[in-house]
Amino acid sequence: MNSVRACLFLVISIIAFNTLASIEIYEFESDEDERRYQSLITELRCPKCQNQNLSGSNAEIAKDLKKRVYKLISQGKSDTEIVDYLVERYGDFVTYRPPVKPSTWLLWFGPFILFSFVGIFLLWRTRRVNKEASNKPDVDREKLQQILSSYPGETKRTDDK
Amino acid sequence: MTKNKTLIYLLPLLMFFALAGLLFSSLGNDPRLLPSAKLGKMLPDFALPSLYGQETLTAESVSGDAFLLNVWATWCPSCRVEHPVLNQLAEKGVDIIGLNYKDDEGEARAYLKQLGNPYKVVVRDDSGDLGLDLGVYGAPETYIVNSDNRIVYRHVGIVTMENWQSTLRPIYNSARKNTTLREVSQ
Repeated sequence: MNSVRACLFLVISIIAFNTLASIEIYEFESDEDERRYQSLITELRCPKCQNQNLSGSNAEIAKDLKKRVYKLISQGKSDTEIVDYLVERYGDFVTYRPPVKPSTWLLWFGPFILFSFVGIFLLWRTRRVNKEASNKPDVDREKLQQILSSYPGETKRTDDK
Repeated sequence: MTKNKTLIYLLPLLMFFALAGLLFSSLGNDPRLLPSAKLGKMLPDFALPSLYGQETLTAESVSGDAFLLNVWATWCPSCRVEHPVLNQLAEKGVDIIGLNYKDDEGEARAYLKQLGNPYKVVVRDDSGDLGLDLGVYGAPETYIVNSDNRIVYRHVGIVTMENWQSTLRPIYNSARKNTTLREVSQ
């Protein structure tokens, strides 16, 4: 029983140690800097593990990039300067907010274009349906009554229905 | 009117084919191949120790004619696969400069002693700072730097004889001075 306990203790301490090891600890000059750091690393994307941001990734490259972001913040660089700095090295890929330029026009404006297409289509369709509704054949009610009364049997049958 | 209607009924089918075509054409794309932001830019400045000797290497001191800048490390298994190819290229007279990326100095020397050293010089980038400036996100990566110290190509992954022949060699040759005189054949 004691050896089981010792084993468990060992396993738990190893897990605990690992969790500790994966957290980088940085000292910030102000709370504002720390807030900026946190928002930057959630907005920047890890180039290696492509579906994670820097804050969620433990890849070596993500750690290096976080270290660099920290360094740049301590050097007094602004958020845009830091993002530009990383984009200059890793391309637009590192940011989750791609800049508006010809190669990203489809990405930025595509949904709006699609939306307006749908809008135009719907508008066109409703207008057509309305037009059809107003194009009902003109019925001369008096004449209809006349015709119907000249066929008594027919009127009856229609009434039965 | 009927013609118009047929067209409208065909629209979903056409849209399906367009989407299928788009998805099919993207099927062969490797999402890990990122475009390098550094193409056409100068090799970033650095001042780093050499793996051999006491000198400090800089972007200026390694330049001269065009060279391959090969990012490698002993912890990178693919680098081992690539290494014999680099040895062969060095034998043919291709200038290769090593960038020992986030590695241990002693292990790196032992690795080159065991597998051979294809590098003219090896820059030690223990902290990964130069790697970061280059936009390296893994090893191996190989850059072709021309005689003006400008990055003209980035190859991610292993250099093989096949991709050397088909892609890297022509770029390397055209990046050199006096291309006609010193062309690397085969």
